[in-house]
Amino acid sequence: MITFTINGRRRQVDVPPEMPLLWVIRETLGLTGTKYGCGMALCGVCTVHLDGAPVRTCVTPVSAVAGKKVTTIEGLSDKGDHPVQRAWTEVDVPQCGFCQPGQIMSAAALLATKPSPTDADIDDAMSGNICRCGTYQRIRAAIHRAAALKKGGAR
Amino acid sequence: MKTGISRRALLKGGLAVGAGLSIGFPVVQAARRVARAQTPGVFAPNQWLRIDRDGVVTIVNSVPEMGQGSLTTTSMIIADELDAVLDNVRVEQAPANPALYKNPVTGNQAYGGSRGVRDHFDMWRKAAAGAREMLAQAAANEWGVPVESVETEAGAALHRATGRRLLYGQLVDRAQQLPVPQNPTLKTPDKFRYIGKVVHRRDTPEKITGRGVYGMDVQVPGMLVASIERCPVFGGKVKSFDATAAKRVKGVKHVVQVSNGVAVVADGLWPALQGRKALRVTWDEGPTAQVSSATITREYEAAAKQPGQVAKNEGDAEKVLAGGGRVHEAVYQVPFLEHACMEPMNATAQVTPEACVIWAPTQNPGGTQAMAAKLTGLPPEKVTVNTTLLGGGFGRRGELDFIVDAVETAKAVGKPVKVMWTREDDITHGFYRPATHNVFRAALDANGAPVAWFTRMVGPGILIQKGRAQAGTIDAAAVEAVRNMPYDIQNLRIEWINKDLGIPLGFWRSVGASQNGFIVESFIDELAHLAGKDPYEYRRALLGKSPRHKGVLELAATKASWGAPLPPGRARGIAVAFSYGSYVATVAEVSVAPDGAVRVHRLVAAIDPGLAVNPEQVRAQMEGGAVYALTATFYGRITIDRGRVQQSNFNDYPMLRINEMPVVDVHILDSGEAPGGLGEPGVPTVAPAVCNAVYAATGKRVRSLPIDRNELRRA
Ligand code: FES
Ligand code: FES
Repeated sequence: MITFTINGRRRQVDVPPEMPLLWVIRETLGLTGTKYGCGMALCGVCTVHLDGAPVRTCVTPVSAVAGKKVTTIEGLSDKGDHPVQRAWTEVDVPQCGFCQPGQIMSAAALLATKPSPTDADIDDAMSGNICRCGTYQRIRAAIHRAAALKKGGAR
Repeated sequence: MKTGISRRALLKGGLAVGAGLSIGFPVVQAARRVARAQTPGVFAPNQWLRIDRDGVVTIVNSVPEMGQGSLTTTSMIIADELDAVLDNVRVEQAPANPALYKNPVTGNQAYGGSRGVRDHFDMWRKAAAGAREMLAQAAANEWGVPVESVETEAGAALHRATGRRLLYGQLVDRAQQLPVPQNPTLKTPDKFRYIGKVVHRRDTPEKITGRGVYGMDVQVPGMLVASIERCPVFGGKVKSFDATAAKRVKGVKHVVQVSNGVAVVADGLWPALQGRKALRVTWDEGPTAQVSSATITREYEAAAKQPGQVAKNEGDAEKVLAGGGRVHEAVYQVPFLEHACMEPMNATAQVTPEACVIWAPTQNPGGTQAMAAKLTGLPPEKVTVNTTLLGGGFGRRGELDFIVDAVETAKAVGKPVKVMWTREDDITHGFYRPATHNVFRAALDANGAPVAWFTRMVGPGILIQKGRAQAGTIDAAAVEAVRNMPYDIQNLRIEWINKDLGIPLGFWRSVGASQNGFIVESFIDELAHLAGKDPYEYRRALLGKSPRHKGVLELAATKASWGAPLPPGRARGIAVAFSYGSYVATVAEVSVAPDGAVRVHRLVAAIDPGLAVNPEQVRAQMEGGAVYALTATFYGRITIDRGRVQQSNFNDYPMLRINEMPVVDVHILDSGEAPGGLGEPGVPTVAPAVCNAVYAATGKRVRSLPIDRNELRRA
């Protein structure tokens, strides 16, 4: 049995300790917002926050999160109104959308540590997230926009 | 029968809603859907829309949402012509039912070729305009006034003279009784409420919260999850397998042979993958095991020495070329490419003796239904296809292989099964854009203009391989954008040689134009430089018979300040092409580092898509097409070793990332023509514009993709 907190709720799971957190989140707990894209920490679609920091769940064994706090896209905000989500809507970022939960989790983690990221900061923080639809230009614009929204007092 | 569809699955889809948008899973079968048209209190004049007494408009979108924005655009078109308010519109994804939902141009309920808007525009408008006329008539009858005096506006009918107004919801019962007009009057463009305006995407809320349901996210009660071990060699078959160790893995429930390999079926993907590792399969690899990239290149080169089939012949190019003068020759090559949709292939199916239900991220609901009917022996109307959101399509999801997996596995184990592909499965078992080898020859006159042009293309034909064109004919996809290149050249000969060595082929975003744009637009650039002319002016002078090409070329050049000085080390390149109904020109601005690394700083693109239904999504598709093309320009290469794909994941089949993203500046030229395609046209001009800029910067001509930085290194 492994116990951890996910989106504010304590959960106990009875799974092999080496099972990647991704499959625990998606299949054991049924939260499918976190996606699978490569299984090798190459694409970022499986990104969640572990104690606030972005991690790739496809290479994180569930045993590594025992006692820790996991936040998935479903837990980022109550109403889908985190500044990053609001900016994503304004800028029309998503195309197919499949990479976007991972992009948003990476972007939210970036803004939590760097409230006014430069383009270079964005490159650093976001280059682990592939978008095959090619929404990078809008992601960059939306991160700058989210930074502004955040400063405007929105949480 | 019990459909076995969980309320949960249904709700997950049905409630994936923001602002009135709902991606419902249409679990009702087609027959029931038609019956529903007669439901009291629902006005349903045709298969595309219905309105209930609360005024909620439901639009049935037949075009799968794969990122191109069809949920938004389809709603815009129908809501506009209906005079409905977009915020009162919910969207449902159409069930598989070709009789009702086939593309009127292709006749199939399958979507590719950037056909969403351009093939349906008139039909949807007519369907919605007919409904609007019925609502207006219903109001006229209610008020006892002539219908000519009734207007519609924002979900209501009104009679201006008396100030009377009825909401559509109040008119449904009366409208339901009226005959459907055969030739309704369409709006004039000045009356458009949504078409041509910037409308935000309606599917964003579910895509930024994790609520949207992609194929991979489908959950059905009692569902098992399978992973399939496939023969590493294309076309190989299972000789025998030993499942003893696989079955010992906790959670593994079944190991069954299916046509694409051996399926390990478990209570979750993780145990299925462990079971798959423990599985022992002996393969009969078949003849493709003799094929490697080196063999393919050799065969192409040998074939290129022989005459090909004539795809186009005007004047006498061979004679002019033989006559000497300034003749230039070059060979261009492109590799196989895989689509690499962000969401790896997957599908879910349940098969009972009475019915089959499928949940799939598919571009081809009609083909899925027909395939499943064949595999299960059920009549097509007993096969329900729920099209989920697609995590990318790009042509890959028009194929049925991954859905065959699910239907066969579910049938074999008697339970609902989701088949999940790994990224490795996806890259090694795709349907690849053809690798080709192309010989060019041209003769220039005294002024440097081309008087003769010869192209011999060698490669396989997608349409012929798929049996969609006859062997021995010219494959239209193979010669696309070469046969119909826009330049005025008196003596023109295009030949094609079909050389198919058994690598499975597929339609890759912009198909033939994706590579032929590169070869034609690079070679014409060579001619311009050879003639000592400006590459923009050189093209422009040859576009006399192609005004729409010329229009975008001029717009891109102007917006990119073609000819104006650039910071030191930077250079520009230009290219123009037509594909899938739209005209695009791109100017690339690049610099090349001493180690040969190319940096693309900016792409300025001009597109003439005819009527731009949603300009913001035109720009989004152009930006996305640019990234797709840049990935091919810098990274894309699938190689074959003894019938096996050598790449397997994003480490050896890399994708462009945000740190390499140039500024993409898109300009829309409104030519007033009918809508063209958008998903694909952004691709073909990018590689040539970049490579032409690389030439301008370095004097080195890139004649094969992806760009090899070693060749650009300055010693
Ligand atoms: S699935 Fe985890 S990084 Fe790609
Ligand atoms: S939006 Fe499709 S992969 Fe990013």
